[in-house]
Amino acid sequence: MNWAYLISAMVADPWLGFPLKPIDASTTASSVDHLYYFLTALTLFFTFSIFTTIFYFMVKYRRRSPDERPKAIEASSALEVIWTVIPALLCAFAFIWSSSLYFRNSRPPNAAMEVFVVGKQWMWHLQHPEGAREINELHVPVGVPVKLTMTSEDVIHDFSIPVFRIKHDVVPGRYSSIWFQATKTGTYHFFCAQYCGAEHSGMIGWVYVMSPTDYANWLSGGTKGESMAQSGERLFTQLGCITCHVADGTGRGPVLQGLYGHPVKLRSGETRVVDEAYVRQAIVNPNSMPLPNYPPIMPTFQGQVNEEQVLQLISYVKSLATVEKGTAK
Amino acid sequence: MSTAAVVESPAGSRVHYLNASYGIKSWLFTTDHKRIALLYLGSITFMFFIGGAAATLIRLHLIEPTGALVQPETYNKLFTVHGVVMIFFFLIPSIPAVLGNFLVPLMVGARDLAFPRINLLSWYLYTIAALLALYAVVSGGVDTGWTFYTPYSSTYAHTQVIATALAAFIAGFSSILTGLNFIVTIHKMRAPGLTWFRLPLFIWAMYATSIIQILGTPVLAITIVLLAAERLLHVGIFDPKIGGDPILFQHLFWFYSHPAVYIMILPGMGVVSELIACFARKRIFGYSMIAFSSLAIAVLGFLVWGHHMFVTGQSVYAGLIFSVLSFMVAIPSAIKVFNWTATLYKGSISYEAPMLYALGFIGLFTMGGLTGLFLASLATDVHLTGTYFIVAHFHYIMVGGAVMAYLGGIHFWWPKITGRLYPDGSARFAALIIFVGFNLTFFPQFVLGYLGMPRRYAVYPAEFQVLNVMSSAGASILGIGYLIPLIYLIWSIRYGPVAGPNPWGAKGLEWETPSPPPTENFEEIPIVTEEAYAYAEPEDVHG
Repeated sequence: MNWAYLISAMVADPWLGFPLKPIDASTTASSVDHLYYFLTALTLFFTFSIFTTIFYFMVKYRRRSPDERPKAIEASSALEVIWTVIPALLCAFAFIWSSSLYFRNSRPPNAAMEVFVVGKQWMWHLQHPEGAREINELHVPVGVPVKLTMTSEDVIHDFSIPVFRIKHDVVPGRYSSIWFQATKTGTYHFFCAQYCGAEHSGMIGWVYVMSPTDYANWLSGGTKGESMAQSGERLFTQLGCITCHVADGTGRGPVLQGLYGHPVKLRSGETRVVDEAYVRQAIVNPNSMPLPNYPPIMPTFQGQVNEEQVLQLISYVKSLATVEKGTAK
Repeated sequence: MSTAAVVESPAGSRVHYLNASYGIKSWLFTTDHKRIALLYLGSITFMFFIGGAAATLIRLHLIEPTGALVQPETYNKLFTVHGVVMIFFFLIPSIPAVLGNFLVPLMVGARDLAFPRINLLSWYLYTIAALLALYAVVSGGVDTGWTFYTPYSSTYAHTQVIATALAAFIAGFSSILTGLNFIVTIHKMRAPGLTWFRLPLFIWAMYATSIIQILGTPVLAITIVLLAAERLLHVGIFDPKIGGDPILFQHLFWFYSHPAVYIMILPGMGVVSELIACFARKRIFGYSMIAFSSLAIAVLGFLVWGHHMFVTGQSVYAGLIFSVLSFMVAIPSAIKVFNWTATLYKGSISYEAPMLYALGFIGLFTMGGLTGLFLASLATDVHLTGTYFIVAHFHYIMVGGAVMAYLGGIHFWWPKITGRLYPDGSARFAALIIFVGFNLTFFPQFVLGYLGMPRRYAVYPAEFQVLNVMSSAGASILGIGYLIPLIYLIWSIRYGPVAGPNPWGAKGLEWETPSPPPTENFEEIPIVTEEAYAYAEPEDVHG
């Protein structure tokens, strides 16, 4: 849209000494900006109207003599209806616009590439499935949907990338996710946007949006030859998980091959799909979810594995999803 | 204004509530609502300047991107002190405990509140809480932010969390008792003839506020008890490491703290209704719409807490519900603004200082309210929440709205409270300074927020510096603006001209008794024969 482009160019240019809006560098950003312009126009219109009306009345109806007694004016129900209905309609319009935009952006595309984010006081640890790990930096390719799966090692943090107009709390004990598709290569800030203690304002970093080739080069250079799933497999052996979770079904714990993504019935009767949250809970708090055919003997691994390692274990379990039961590797 | 009771005599010779008895005991053991209002006025003014000092240091610190003044740990304590003090110890008690305490019995034609001793108790609770909060500050401070989010506050913070939370807990009971007192007084003690729809809108606003205070504040108390249980006894409630849910805290906290926003702004709306009517000499346009919109805001206020949590991971559908309910709050708010503006139409408008504050309130509240739409909108809230846009928005409501109205109210009823007039020129000048300083402080923060600068940052990227410097410059103007009234109001107590019972030619029972009023308020309980704001009729006589 031309008008939107014009406004964008005007408010993004720092002719005042600072820009009025951040760069829009994701597929979502400009649509959020358009809603923002609409709400700004609404705000300016009503603020201007109210101020002008008040000034006009102030001058026109200023007190001319101390004994002035203006006549009372009967309330007008027509007016009351008009100025109830107009704001209501404008609010309904803004609600529908913003909600449909939010709803559309709430689910990541299936093909999204995944990056795992762990916040801890006061830094960000990021891992790519291929194995590359970063601190306070996030390298992503332009034009590819990227999903961030995030959790916290300690308190609530919030991963905010203003140029993508996205943000989400990073909550201990659960996974949250956001996604974006970058549209412009460049280097942009990300911030922790939830107060998390002494060095909260130091918990910032950079997103590097790269061309696909640059990204591929970076990825191969940054890997130490082990994918997340492979790291997870190594942990699986080191921690002794392998002694009970035996692939041929002879162990004391359930077989993990072919499990991920499938429904499981718990002893409580509840049926849950094995997803990231399920596997995490099974590792850190197995007694909270006993299974019908297995004795509740699994110890908790809380405190023995950090959140990054939990994510590696999850990647490993995920990688077993396509392995047939009984065909141990 | 020629009530039989009013016999004007040289100031000081008539017996009134201020000179009825002397000595510190006569104040500390008073059950007179007017004296208790003054006790509150002293306490909250003191707390306002404590919170203001913290704000000054915050703005000074942020002049430099690397932080000009203090270490991040200290900065975190400064914004926490600023928030805790301003919200729990200034804004929430401000209009209800000072103006409400003074005016509710006068406006309804009663001799005191329903429970005078409970009223005094509420001031003692407030004072104990305030002292405890100040103790927390001097004994190391607290760094959780006024929101006390878990598990940071319950497990990770090494500062005075318990003392501060306990202070908020105790202050809450003070607030509940005040609300209870007002509700009973408004129901049971109205003068003969003072029907509900003859009540001043200030009383309606106090009534709506009191309902929120007694229904909402207990939830804050419960939340604080749970927080203390986790922090002191390690009961797993909010920390996931011991089996808790950190988001639960936010639900409980905002279930109180969002309605608390309306505890702070509804009284301001009540004050502004009185001021506009008086200085335009007009009946408030759409009286019943304003009265009912206060109740609508009070009710809706309880249903929108989730809009503080759009990015915590609550379900998309919960987000949609909270969003639509938040938009609905805009409607009664808009109705009020339109009705106040319409009240000016064909009025006889004069511009004494209280009116300037009232008009400033309408403008700033309009901007604060409209910028709330950006935060009720899910798609824009995702980008704006946790940034300076939030800071700007709620300061437009809390400072542009509630504080402007409070100052307007203080200036309007000061002659009634003290019997003296202040210099109107200085007062108008201060109002103007405050309006300019306020906008320069907070308007740049809207832009900072859209650019993405997170709140509660002790250091920040250099590209945000220009706007931060503008904001700090505004804050220094605003700070001066707040000191001016302190000076001339104190001056006026001794040297101000005698005000007389009704210097503004205002309607309302409080203006029909001498200034300062006698201890028993009215020599004879007045009989009300007309609506509130009967400015059009020639002067008439009650009772």
